[in-house]
Amino acid sequence: MTQISTTSLTPQLYLQRQTRWRPIEIVFWAATLLPFWLFPTYLSLASQIAITGLFALSLDLILGYAGIVSLGHAAFFGIGAYTAGLFSKFVWGEPFSGLVAAAAVAGIVGYASSFIISRFRHLTLIMITLGLGLLLKEAANSAHWLTGGSDGLQGVSIDPVLGLFKFDLYGRTAYGYSLAVLFVVFLCARRIINSPFGLALRGIRENVVRMPAIGADSRAHIRKVYTIAAIIAGIAGGLLTQTTQTVALEVLSFERSADVVVMLVLGGAGRLYGGLIGATVYMIARDQFSGIAPQYWYFWIGALLVIVVTLLPNGILGGLSRLIRRWRRS
Amino acid sequence: MSAVALSARGVSKSFGSLNVARDINIDLPVGARYALIGPNGAGKTTLINLMTGLLVPNAGAITLAGEDVTALKPQARVKRGLARTFQINTLFAGLNPLEAVTLAVCERRGIADRFWQNIAGNKDAIEEAYEILSKLKLGDACYQTTRELPYGRQRLLEIALALATRPKVLLLDEPAAGVPHEESGEIFEVVAGLSDDLTLLFIEHDMHVVFRFATHIIVLVGGAIFTQGSPAEIAADPGVREVYLGTRKHG
Ligand SMILES: Nc1ncnc2c1ncn2[C@@H]1O[C@H](COP(=O)(O)OP(=O)(O)OP(=O)(O)O)[C@@H](O)[C@H]1O
Ligand SMILES: [Mg+2]
Repeated sequence: MTQISTTSLTPQLYLQRQTRWRPIEIVFWAATLLPFWLFPTYLSLASQIAITGLFALSLDLILGYAGIVSLGHAAFFGIGAYTAGLFSKFVWGEPFSGLVAAAAVAGIVGYASSFIISRFRHLTLIMITLGLGLLLKEAANSAHWLTGGSDGLQGVSIDPVLGLFKFDLYGRTAYGYSLAVLFVVFLCARRIINSPFGLALRGIRENVVRMPAIGADSRAHIRKVYTIAAIIAGIAGGLLTQTTQTVALEVLSFERSADVVVMLVLGGAGRLYGGLIGATVYMIARDQFSGIAPQYWYFWIGALLVIVVTLLPNGILGGLSRLIRRWRRS
Repeated sequence: MSAVALSARGVSKSFGSLNVARDINIDLPVGARYALIGPNGAGKTTLINLMTGLLVPNAGAITLAGEDVTALKPQARVKRGLARTFQINTLFAGLNPLEAVTLAVCERRGIADRFWQNIAGNKDAIEEAYEILSKLKLGDACYQTTRELPYGRQRLLEIALALATRPKVLLLDEPAAGVPHEESGEIFEVVAGLSDDLTLLFIEHDMHVVFRFATHIIVLVGGAIFTQGSPAEIAADPGVREVYLGTRKHG
């Protein structure tokens, strides 16, 4: 990707450079703090964006990096959401331990299902993930005694973050908390992507046939990344519960699974920031479009999707990096 | 008799009614330079697929250094020292050669599942990868995305990836396939320069190349071994001329 002069570069330095922080990344993260001052009335939306961005990041690990298309990724988001809700109800309301619980349960379910997932690819895999997602949603719907079914989970109550910051009506704490968690998990994801394992994932995406011929056990890699992605999705779900203090059955819905795929494709899959950018664009567009014509906002999302994928096959980020390269050359 | 590195014992395979391998018996002695030749569709690639585990034989066994590996997965055979290249480029198009070969080295070293360590921290693995690439004259192209490499370079990368697994036995499926005649020499110089300990079987259509580099030639026709022997024996065999050489005007 980097086009800097590479003549005098040792291979090790070259790889190190690939993983270095770029100035634009620092700008990006600094910009995430702007809403506190520029849009203080939109902090709830900002918090939703951070959570959805985290969810999209988790999908990016499996879809963008390992090439595993899932249409049931909301399963882990939902598991995290319900776990965090039930944890606050039956254990205690301290938020960080609630997130750990959400991550753990989602991770265990992710690990168990990874044994099925890693055996299939393409359409079969899409159908399996879709099926598992639907299955889980109906299970949650019928387990009314535990989840509240379609009425939603009642009685969620979360303590102040660090015992200091109460969740307020304006979403100040919600955004600060979500953003902090997003940033920490992002650092982990970044580290994973820049590791030997991250390289192996890219290998799977680039050519799954070659992998066994270099002695790689792709299935073991897929099981691992699927579990990691489930954990991150679980954390995102837990965040939603904690910042909204409710859990609706919608967290497990097919729409949520499909939306996150759309966001990732919009932003650019396999680019680490693709999910974050995609979620931001999607959520802001939804907010604006639903203001114009509440019933028809999916029409506009559809139009946006068609335009982006036809004009920018690698999403918004792919288009941007192409622009920058062209600009540098001239 | 010298030790056998790889052998096929009574290996058969059919796709429906098409028998692509009929009772194949091959012994590759350690350090061999064997060529596998035969007309298009003779089943040469299929035989390599059977040996490396991409296909499972209907009957027979594959042994690697005396161990029966017939039931083993391809990656397990690679770990035991059996590597191959592909007739049609099977590369990591979006990675550059350095990344691709580093990945293969990491897999061999068993460190490709480390997800908490920066890739650049594996100095030894990276240097080993770069060494392999330099030896194959890919050193100056190692930061270029694979899909943008000239085709001949991509063929060399096929070999580099296989070498990164540190094979004891290497099966080369038409290493110079599709490369213009002038450039194919370069690829076979690389092949000829490989360590003598390495056991080699290569598929090749160009008879000049075959006679130059092989110490033993196996002729496959219609999924069965038609004949085998030294280059001199094969060159003198009228039957081989008829089924194979005659049609290609070599010799
Ligand atoms: N997976 C498959 N299913 C069905 N038929 C196959 C399959 N793979 C190969 N064949 C057939 O088996 C026969 C042998 O193919 P193979 O690729 O092994 O030939 P080859 O000797 O390598 O030929 P070439 O010199 O063209 O590479 C061909 O007729 C081919 O069409
Ligand atoms: Mg072939």
